[in-house]
Amino acid sequence: MTIPSIGRRPGQPIYLDYQATTPCDPRVVEKMLPYFTEKFGNPHSRNHPYGWEAEEAVEQAREQVAAIIGADAKEIIFTSGATESNNLAIKGVAQFYKDKKDHIVTVVTEHKCVLDTCRHLEQEGFKVTYLPVQTNGLIDLTELEAAITDKTAIVSVMGVNNEIGVIQPLAEIGALCRKKGAFFHTDCAQAVGKIELDVNAMNIDLMSISGHKIYGPKGIGALYVRRRPRVRIVPMINGGGQERGMRSGTLATPLCVGLGEACAIAQAEMGAEAERLRAMRDRLLGGLKQRLPEIYVNGDLDNRVAGNINISFAFVEGEGLMMGVKDLAVSSGSACTSASLEPSYVLRALGLDAEMAHTSLRFGIGRFTTQEDIDYAIDHTVKAVEHLRSLSPLWDMHLEGVDLKSIQWAEH
Amino acid sequence: MAYSDKVVDHYEHPRNVGSLDKDSTDVGTGLVGAPACGDVMKLQIKVSPEGIIEDAKFKTFGCGSAIASSSLVTEWVKGKTLDEAAAIKNTDIANELALPPVKIHCSVLAEDAIKAAIKDYKSKTGLVEDEKAAG
Repeated sequence: MTIPSIGRRPGQPIYLDYQATTPCDPRVVEKMLPYFTEKFGNPHSRNHPYGWEAEEAVEQAREQVAAIIGADAKEIIFTSGATESNNLAIKGVAQFYKDKKDHIVTVVTEHKCVLDTCRHLEQEGFKVTYLPVQTNGLIDLTELEAAITDKTAIVSVMGVNNEIGVIQPLAEIGALCRKKGAFFHTDCAQAVGKIELDVNAMNIDLMSISGHKIYGPKGIGALYVRRRPRVRIVPMINGGGQERGMRSGTLATPLCVGLGEACAIAQAEMGAEAERLRAMRDRLLGGLKQRLPEIYVNGDLDNRVAGNINISFAFVEGEGLMMGVKDLAVSSGSACTSASLEPSYVLRALGLDAEMAHTSLRFGIGRFTTQEDIDYAIDHTVKAVEHLRSLSPLWDMHLEGVDLKSIQWAEH
Repeated sequence: MAYSDKVVDHYEHPRNVGSLDKDSTDVGTGLVGAPACGDVMKLQIKVSPEGIIEDAKFKTFGCGSAIASSSLVTEWVKGKTLDEAAAIKNTDIANELALPPVKIHCSVLAEDAIKAAIKDYKSKTGLVEDEKAAG
């Protein structure tokens, strides 16, 4: 289904940043609307039909969320988003089991909310192992196995990376965690609806889910918490004991309904959609490679979601390039705008030189992207890269055969 | 972040892009910054026997503000004496282009590039004791 107005409003750049966020699917919005107005009841009100109809809607949504990951509806907790889910999963497990276990294993390329949560727990006395990744962005399973000890309470490894789209071997990680007796949490904000997920087949104990990455609303997410064998967590928000006591607070009925519907649509359309996205992604990459020398894909190309491509355009600085591709809404691994001037930690973790990390762009392709968008993006990007290379002293040096590493640069 | 109109203008229509013969005795070359930091500027000046900068060229790897800063200084140094060019301050560049605080380093780099080019020219012509080559 293609709606021409979404992601290409007149006067606005073409939206190619689907890993940052996605528009709400109009079908999702339509399902949500009645729950703002006529069906406004509190889903926790047990004594009148207003409450009952809201509760019914929330429970249906819970089943829709459970269905896309092969879980039972009772194992789904609604939260405000994947950041909260990640916090709740990792802190909740760590704190519940802290008398017996004090160790956490995660990966250097995780989302900031996982890394920052782990840093916080380190300050509370927990020990954290940050696994490196290989040059393709995937973890080494033997390193993971060696890192898990009998003190490891939880292993947290993301399903799909937000910057480079690579898919970690979840089933193998799950099997390893089960064998070693550690809980397996996975941040699947970028994975749900993009790849097949089954919490039982993959031995996943906790999974974070986001609404706005899957064409649902912002402000809602979910945490899957396994019931058998039971995973216990300490809640972060105390109150009326909603969500089996793990997350108090009145549920946002319209947002729950939106997340549920977004999951149902994604589940129904995932196969065909992945194929469509992959064809567009390959067209984009092929078109750029055909016209531009010295471009490099960051992260594994095979173990990767269809809607992501992250490319380094050598000798062209990423932020300057973003200014050049002003008709495209994309993002860059160059963090020139931040005070630190540090480029993407994910790209650096792949072993990329800082200069190559500075030259990267992430293209995120999604449900409302068309082939015309892709063709425009190819042409626009090629022109911008050629313009900037004509301005680049590094490109000249490259053409002259100068090895940039042989020069003593004055780092500033 | 929105760029100022002047930054956009220099980015889209950069002035004096190109290279001068770096081995020529009347040309000074400044190469400052580092690829790892995301900014490299090459600024070249051609100096007349009277000590006037009669041409300037640049090439820059960097963000829009870095490109605009170097493009702007090529315009500014032309027709100036070496001392006048050396007096250009990063704050002048930052003010002219309305650079936000996070982009001030781009104007600092452009000032460094002018100074490095002048130093290179002077060391070639023996106007200064043989200091370490600029760059």
